Amino acid sequence: MKTRAKAIPDVGPITAAQEFVGRSPGRFAWERLRRDRTAIVTGSMLAAFLVIALAAPLIELLYGIGPHEQFQHELDSFGMPLGVAGGISGEHWFGLEPGLGRDIFIRMVYGLRTSLVIAISAATITTTLGVVAGVVAGYLGRWSDTVIGWLIDFALAMPFLIVALAVAPTVALRFYDERDEVPAEFQAIVLVTIFAVFGWAGTARLVRGQVISLREREFVDAARASGAGVGHILFRELLPNLWAPILVSYSLAVPAYITAEAALSFLGIGMLEPTPDFGRMIDRSLGYLQTDPAYVFFPGITIFAVVFAFNLFGDALRDALDPRSSRSPLP
Amino acid sequence: MTRFLLRRSLLAILTLFAVSVLTFLMFFVLPRDPVSGMCPKNCNPERLERVRRELGLSDPKIDQYLAYMKGIFVGRDLGSAQGGHCDAPCLGYSYVNNEPVSETIARVLPVTLSIVIPAAILWLGLGIGLGMVSALRQGTWVDRVAIGFSLTGASLQLYFVGGVLLLVFTYQLGIAPVPHYTPLLENPADWAGGLVLAWLALAFLFSAIYARLSRAQMVETLSEDFVRTARAKGLPNSQVYGRHALRAAITPLVTIAGIDIGAALGGTVITEITFGLQGLGRTAVGAVHAGDLPMIMATVLVAAFFIVVANIAVDLLYAAIDPRVRL
Repeated sequence: MKTRAKAIPDVGPITAAQEFVGRSPGRFAWERLRRDRTAIVTGSMLAAFLVIALAAPLIELLYGIGPHEQFQHELDSFGMPLGVAGGISGEHWFGLEPGLGRDIFIRMVYGLRTSLVIAISAATITTTLGVVAGVVAGYLGRWSDTVIGWLIDFALAMPFLIVALAVAPTVALRFYDERDEVPAEFQAIVLVTIFAVFGWAGTARLVRGQVISLREREFVDAARASGAGVGHILFRELLPNLWAPILVSYSLAVPAYITAEAALSFLGIGMLEPTPDFGRMIDRSLGYLQTDPAYVFFPGITIFAVVFAFNLFGDALRDALDPRSSRSPLP
Repeated sequence: MTRFLLRRSLLAILTLFAVSVLTFLMFFVLPRDPVSGMCPKNCNPERLERVRRELGLSDPKIDQYLAYMKGIFVGRDLGSAQGGHCDAPCLGYSYVNNEPVSETIARVLPVTLSIVIPAAILWLGLGIGLGMVSALRQGTWVDRVAIGFSLTGASLQLYFVGGVLLLVFTYQLGIAPVPHYTPLLENPADWAGGLVLAWLALAFLFSAIYARLSRAQMVETLSEDFVRTARAKGLPNSQVYGRHALRAAITPLVTIAGIDIGAALGGTVITEITFGLQGLGRTAVGAVHAGDLPMIMATVLVAAFFIVVANIAVDLLYAAIDPRVRL
């Protein structure tokens, strides 16, 4: 990504007339974003998903069915839901799970909550860690750059899925007995930690590159010459020039973690039963592929919609923040 | 060049060393008794103790690590219960499978290779081809279809696509057989038939990403001065696109492709689980659920090895394609 001349902070016009209102790069970006139809549509979709996730208990109240309630009497003797397409009815909007007879709609509402909470916290933590590591390595250079650079290579060389696979159950056994039920919060913390250990490296590499190209610029020299400390240069001079790439990488990290969390849960090492989760639902549904094909479609299409909206929004955000680097395939 | 190779290889060895120490610590320091995991529930204490001694689990941790590393490079004796002497790439002995780990790896690795290599050829060809075509036909319906394809593919989950493919082609239409693995040399047609759905699923999702990236790269390259120069000196379009622009546009993709393929060779976990193919990834998952520590350790190391080697290969390829890069 190229850096641009917006490095110079907005000091306002000196000779222009007073009524001229100076607009910051952020203001420009916001206006571009508001004019982008894709951004508006996907942004509203994301807002809706967030509201659903946050208001899950309220939805449960209105819907009248909890995520753990079982409706065994609405299943046939083979455990398959009665009625069309997996038991879709006015009472059960998306039908029932075969076997346990839980309501799919309310489990998806709660599943969205699980997914978004984990993905957003993981993205926030990894971005913060990555920015700090990248700024330190890029600006201080020398041995800190060598050490952090090697740590980045190392973190990227670890086979993420397989290490996660190996670590997640081991950590749970460190704190809980084999027969104990591992609480959902604990499992969520383990997942976020695993994501943090591996995920910071990508952001760190991006930020490091940006900092290296910025640190030789005049405004940094000027700050240094006027006696600014390292902290001031890093956080008041450099960081404001980095927020565009950071924001974009953050907005693309969230869907990546949604996918990763669902994948781990699909493999049986992420969120465990009975916590509602997309990955687990799809894993269960694959067993009923021939007998109840409707079951796989609801969670599969929902997670697709969420990730799709996030990806498109991330692209739109990139275009808005940096119109010159308009590399998105959107015309 | 030699210096570069030497430096990269040293760094790679250092990385692999760190991976091995880390995985070793993870499994042997955490207070999970590896022996009880290897032994069925009715194991008596004497037998447990004997197994522990044979595995050398009562030795100091550092000795255990050194013995393990020695086994990888020169082989080591594991004791009669573990099949006696274990030859050079010795990765320990799996009590769950009752065979040396290296034998299991040698058996499952061809499955993963058979999934990844044809799929990678498919996804690179399809992805880059689609990206190029849509870059050259910007704004037409071809471009729009390609964009829609890549945006959709980039957001889909492999296990969902896999499930849908199985449902449609195997269960409903009955065109594709139930996924299975037959060695290529034994029966090439059966080999391809058993893996075709896995290739399609992987190729669809990955080519979406490559279509997106290569389109962006090509669009950028087409606006560069050297492309205009090539046109200005009267070269036909096929030369301009095929020789000049393509080469420049494809270079950044090499890095991504190398890393993706390296990671996939270490185990296409989700593909293998979805289609029920016993490759490295599914073996790793099985080992985790069975608590088979030597097996877990080996799969992590093999996967890390592929990633590290892929990284070096990428740098070399990069230098070969891009004349501006000097090693």
